[in-house]
Amino acid sequence: MMDGKFDDTLTGEQKIRNFNINFGPQHPAAHGVLRLVLELDGEVVERCDPHIGLLHRGTEKLMESRTYLQNLPYLDRLDYVCPMNQEHAWCMAIERLTGTVVPRRASLIRVLYSEIGRILNHLLNVTTGAMDVGALTPPLWGFVPREELMAFYERACGARLHSAYFRPGGVHQDLPPKLIDDIEKWCETFPKVLDDIDGLITENRVFKQRLVDIAIISAQDVENWGFTGVMARGSGLAWDLRRSQPYECYDEFDFQVPVGKNGDCYDRYLIRMAEMRESCKIMQQAIAKLREPAAQTDVMARGKLSPPKRAEMKTSMEALIHHFKLYTEGFHVPAGEVYAAVEAPKGEFGVYLVADGSNKPYRVKLRAPGFAHLQAMDYLGKNHLLADVTAIIATMDIVFGEVDR
Amino acid sequence: MSEALEELSAHVALKRPEAVVSAAVAWGELTVEVQPAHLLAFLEFLKTDARCRFGQLIDITALDHPERERRFDVVYHLLSMQQNQRIRVKIAVAEDEFAPSAIPVHPSANWYERETFDMFGILFSGHPDLRRLLTDYGFRGHPLRKDFPTTGYTEVRYDEAQKRVVYEPVKLVQEFRQFDFMSPWEGAQYILPGDEKKA
Repeated sequence: MMDGKFDDTLTGEQKIRNFNINFGPQHPAAHGVLRLVLELDGEVVERCDPHIGLLHRGTEKLMESRTYLQNLPYLDRLDYVCPMNQEHAWCMAIERLTGTVVPRRASLIRVLYSEIGRILNHLLNVTTGAMDVGALTPPLWGFVPREELMAFYERACGARLHSAYFRPGGVHQDLPPKLIDDIEKWCETFPKVLDDIDGLITENRVFKQRLVDIAIISAQDVENWGFTGVMARGSGLAWDLRRSQPYECYDEFDFQVPVGKNGDCYDRYLIRMAEMRESCKIMQQAIAKLREPAAQTDVMARGKLSPPKRAEMKTSMEALIHHFKLYTEGFHVPAGEVYAAVEAPKGEFGVYLVADGSNKPYRVKLRAPGFAHLQAMDYLGKNHLLADVTAIIATMDIVFGEVDR
Repeated sequence: MSEALEELSAHVALKRPEAVVSAAVAWGELTVEVQPAHLLAFLEFLKTDARCRFGQLIDITALDHPERERRFDVVYHLLSMQQNQRIRVKIAVAEDEFAPSAIPVHPSANWYERETFDMFGILFSGHPDLRRLLTDYGFRGHPLRKDFPTTGYTEVRYDEAQKRVVYEPVKLVQEFRQFDFMSPWEGAQYILPGDEKKA
């Protein structure tokens, strides 16, 4: 036995406590209001405790006291980077319970706008992610096409962000032909922007130094931590709900599911870039399909879920009553529970809806992909440098609207 | 799709008869209700069994039925990427009972259980760090319980004199209005003004 304690030979200078710092809630690289309590040993992260909920608005509680239609706009405010993808899950849950069949044209418009949402999301994530690791130009370049896409949102539904465009039973209004032409034109020019961003950062030495081999995720980690979307695909799992559990009419579309090899931050960046190109192709196919004669249908399943046509209301008493009842009482959804999931740009976004047969949901649980990703922050960030934390947050693709709900 | 789920349901009930209370396929989804005491073993079985392989925990949440004796349902959504299937597992828990923590089987259960504790006040036994997650530091009550008012109990504002954010009891200029649009013929729970005599 040795006399005394082993570490009593340390000088005063060597006895250093680990250093705790607060990262956020007001930090530009935290992508919103994230407070990370980091325990640092020098510059190495020993422990990382995310404090979330600073943007908690009680969406799930509010939804219990509103009708199904009134609840729809709340979904826009979850992941405000790609609002329509969230609405999609909500509409699908209601349509499953009520057994509504969405008309072909509405289905194609939904696909078109879901892919616009995907590009909106990836553009924001890739470019601001690049800014987090020191590149200032990509956001300036990426936000131009982003604004153009938001203009398409605005022309379809009147709002750039909080669109409330997908409705149970279809979409709110048909697209004007000029808008479809403009989206098609945009799809031709957009790959050029991607090439520019690609040329700027993909092979950039500094960018690669910050991302390659950072936060490597294995296939087992994906299972353990409930990763979905790009986080799962980066680790070589070809898991995409659009392909594996096709919803809407995604089974008709021809697209590739990009898959990573190493599961590091750089792979996830590459996948997002590749997915934008694929989304662009899906949009072009959707536009071609929208012009087919088979797609010249109504954009709403005209039934109890949707309002009557304006002209009809002027002449038919029943239509007028229907309109009034729909927007006051709302429609009733048969009792039951469903879980509807879509492949949102960030991963699997799901709505667990419990209906009790009335005009309001009994309970709604919104399953946000970012929530599962952020919870692994401690696991992923451990033994990385402080500077890597921003890179990890950036490629996890966190938006606090959906994490905090 | 539905036949595969029926098959899976039969398989699960056959292999784990002691755990399964009921299993049903509805709306194209399989829901299995299990005994809380057997939950961990059941999740482990679902994860390792070759026919199931539900390796990914998608979500944990709860339902509040205040009128029931065992008030809460804790709901687990699981996904099998290999079999491309989903399953929903439920356990019924009373207000003063513990639910077993699923962290030994699925590490991702951590935050979901913290959230469920925060929102419903369900305690998970064996959870290493059962703190509140989404609500404010020092928040009281469990917001998603049906008896918690939507308006809450406290409100915050920045106090110019004290130079900090202060908490105060909620003061509503107007009562929180909950319109009931059910027609009187469909069993509205109230008496219309002027109808008092008839009732």
